[in-house]
Amino acid sequence: MNIVNILEEIEKVDGEIYERLNPRRAAMKAFFGLGKKVALSAAPLALGSMFTKAYGQTAPSAVIDVLNYALTLEYLEYHFYNHSLLAAPGLIPAGAANAAITTIRDHEKAHVDLLTGAIKANGGTPVSFTYAQFDFTAKGTFPTVYSDYNTFLAVAQAFEDTGVRAYKGQATVLKGMPVLTTALQIHSVEARHAAHIRSMRAANGVNIKPWISLGAGGVANDTGIGAVDPVYAGENVDAQAGITITGIATGVTKAAAVECFDEPLAKADVLTIAGLFIK
Amino acid sequence: MENLQEKNSSDLLTTEKGMLTAPLQRRSFLQYAGAGAAAMALVAVGCKKDRNDGPMVSGATLDFKDDFGVLNYAYALEQLEAAFYIQVASKPPSTFSAIEKAYFQDIQFHEIAHREFFKKALGTAAIGNLEVDFSSINFNDRSSVLNAAKAFEDLGVAAYNGAGARIKTDVYLVAAGKIVSVEARHAAYIRDLISNGSFANAEVVNAQGLDLALAPDKVLATAGKFIKTKINVINL
Repeated sequence: MNIVNILEEIEKVDGEIYERLNPRRAAMKAFFGLGKKVALSAAPLALGSMFTKAYGQTAPSAVIDVLNYALTLEYLEYHFYNHSLLAAPGLIPAGAANAAITTIRDHEKAHVDLLTGAIKANGGTPVSFTYAQFDFTAKGTFPTVYSDYNTFLAVAQAFEDTGVRAYKGQATVLKGMPVLTTALQIHSVEARHAAHIRSMRAANGVNIKPWISLGAGGVANDTGIGAVDPVYAGENVDAQAGITITGIATGVTKAAAVECFDEPLAKADVLTIAGLFIK
Repeated sequence: MENLQEKNSSDLLTTEKGMLTAPLQRRSFLQYAGAGAAAMALVAVGCKKDRNDGPMVSGATLDFKDDFGVLNYAYALEQLEAAFYIQVASKPPSTFSAIEKAYFQDIQFHEIAHREFFKKALGTAAIGNLEVDFSSINFNDRSSVLNAAKAFEDLGVAAYNGAGARIKTDVYLVAAGKIVSVEARHAAYIRDLISNGSFANAEVVNAQGLDLALAPDKVLATAGKFIKTKINVINL
């Protein structure tokens, strides 16, 4: 036994004990306690107050920036679906399709509320968008987005796959923070949406998998719709953390290697895509 | 945040009451816990030195003191998933359609690739091969297979969501993020096979629009019934 080794080990264990007592931990505990007592509609405010306690009077501006960036995308998605349900009669078939789009719309609204509350409670100014501020034809690229079901679903898929990539791209900014967990919990919901929208397109005759596969001829975009190339830029990489995934085991083809890891997208690239739909 | 959905209110009430009415007791408890943990650390150090003479513990140890612990945790879950899908893909239930067979092949290779990725990333720090126990699954029965797949995928999503904030190295955090959304896609696909439209229902997504996030001990308690190898968790 080595005395230095022992001291290091005790220090590590003591560190954890102190962590249990430190303000961030206490703030989280207070938040959990509050969450049980307040109405769900007030939860975003409660979440916000947890951030306040964890990081002082205001969250770091980098965190507020990420939350506002996420909020922008959530508004984009919310208004896109909400308009389809309220103002495009006959676009979405009644029954399962309508129910699924309603479920997704409701999740995007919940994300808008959650992020807005968290930003406000931390002294930040949340962005806000009305439907009128968006142009879901992308300035004429998708003129039939609200009259042709296939086009609507194609744009929906692009939004969901972009959303997944956008949240993933911010993970390192939020590293080690409780808010990272919240972001991950939104991120995987967007991935569930993306898979379902892809399945809805497949049910409508489009050759598309629930996961992002390798495009024809090895391109990154697996949708066959050239207008959404920027949404899938870089999705065809097959090396992860310096490890080549293709052939890592028998049967792992390039397509499987591409499918089994979703790629992040940088904020600037996401905002360029989102900007096509903002007036 | 990982405790958001699992913390039960009685725990919280007890803790709060304890804090208000019995601060000294609480303090003594923490001192006791601290001493206990320190003692455990000494034992752990002892084990480390003794390892050359033969293992003191059997099974696999997940040591959450650093990123290797989190990666080994992910490696354990991916081993479990890969083993399950290898068995399904090799002999799918007779009622699987051609496209379902093809997609379960896809998922099989995704999970194998995840497993091998973690094994390579961990190198000599990797835990050994886990022995699985799928005796509770009827691989000939569509419903049994789909429900097991759903459980594995939802659990995988909750596990990565709950472990993300523990990861300290950017490249591993991003890798976990790249994997979890694929697991969520699997989960949505399988849920829709069981019941179309259940891809993100209230079983997994709460009123705030948040997916599940579970701490490793909670995940392992559920995954454990499919794993024969004893898994030891330290420094969680």
